Amino acid sequence: MQNGVKNNGDFILGVKASIPLVIGYLPIALAFGILSKTTGISIIDSFLFSALVFAGASQFMALNLILIGAGFGEIILTTLLVNFRHFLMSASLAVKIEGNMKRWIPFIAFGVTDESFSVLSFREGKLTKEFTLGLQLSAYLSWVLGTVIGYLAGGILPEIIIDGMGIALYAMFTAILVPELKKSSKVLFLALLSGGVNTLLNYLNLLPKGWNMIVSIILVSFLGSYIYEEKEVKLCEQQ
Amino acid sequence: MSSNKIILILGMMLVTYIPRLVPFLFISDRELPKRLKGFLKSVPYVALGALIIPGVFSATPIMPIAAIIGIAFAFIYSWLRGGIMVPVFGSIIITVLMLWTR
Repeated sequence: MQNGVKNNGDFILGVKASIPLVIGYLPIALAFGILSKTTGISIIDSFLFSALVFAGASQFMALNLILIGAGFGEIILTTLLVNFRHFLMSASLAVKIEGNMKRWIPFIAFGVTDESFSVLSFREGKLTKEFTLGLQLSAYLSWVLGTVIGYLAGGILPEIIIDGMGIALYAMFTAILVPELKKSSKVLFLALLSGGVNTLLNYLNLLPKGWNMIVSIILVSFLGSYIYEEKEVKLCEQQ
Repeated sequence: MSSNKIILILGMMLVTYIPRLVPFLFISDRELPKRLKGFLKSVPYVALGALIIPGVFSATPIMPIAAIIGIAFAFIYSWLRGGIMVPVFGSIIITVLMLWTR
């Protein structure tokens, strides 16, 4: 009983932690609903895009490609490239979650997004399945509901509010990162370097869409693995 | 025409879901080489850097400075006080106000 109460508490904490994600997802999901309507796809398909794919950038890209008449094969391949960064994020999360979550891994894996990954990675202490699922479920529902509302109701929010809300996810990423920057200059170095590499790769524009970020993460994390080497021993001792 | 979109959607779902799932199946509960562990522990910091920069500079394309001021607030506030909610809502308000005055 006591255990159940504690777990419920964690679920609610997860839902609370999802508020910035919900705020950030809503305008994007509304925009996706609106755009999918103007692209001429049905509301069922628009809903299924968000409910089954659950990956913002690739969904917008798909609409674009549908509009210019691209083949399904091309759209699916581009989706793979755009979303492959989640492979790295899942790998990083897999080290952090506990063994007893196994049964829930199909759901937790489905809910891995840039945003849920960021919150979960920097969650202090143990990462319970209740917290994880509370965060992910709430974020997921806001994405799916936002899509449907956008499709049905169109521009219910003034454009200026939607534009301004575009800052929400960046602000959340920043608020997650800053306390870590304060703790360690290595973190500052790694984060700035990967931002710099990503900017450079975007500028050069040589790689397929989505791979600038993947290459930035791989290169700089590889460098980070050398930096973390000494700290590793201490971390192991604590556990 | 609408009916065959489901094939596209299922295809997109598979290629999105599989990369999200596979690492959990292979990495959980296993002792990893030190170097790999260091790599995976760096990923969150590094990913955040790449998620913020350079995207934030074009978050409000009609007026890039609005997003930059908004994010500057989030940065300074979380540096001084921490927390998530105030930086997020504060930066939204600032950005909206900036766009308003345009």
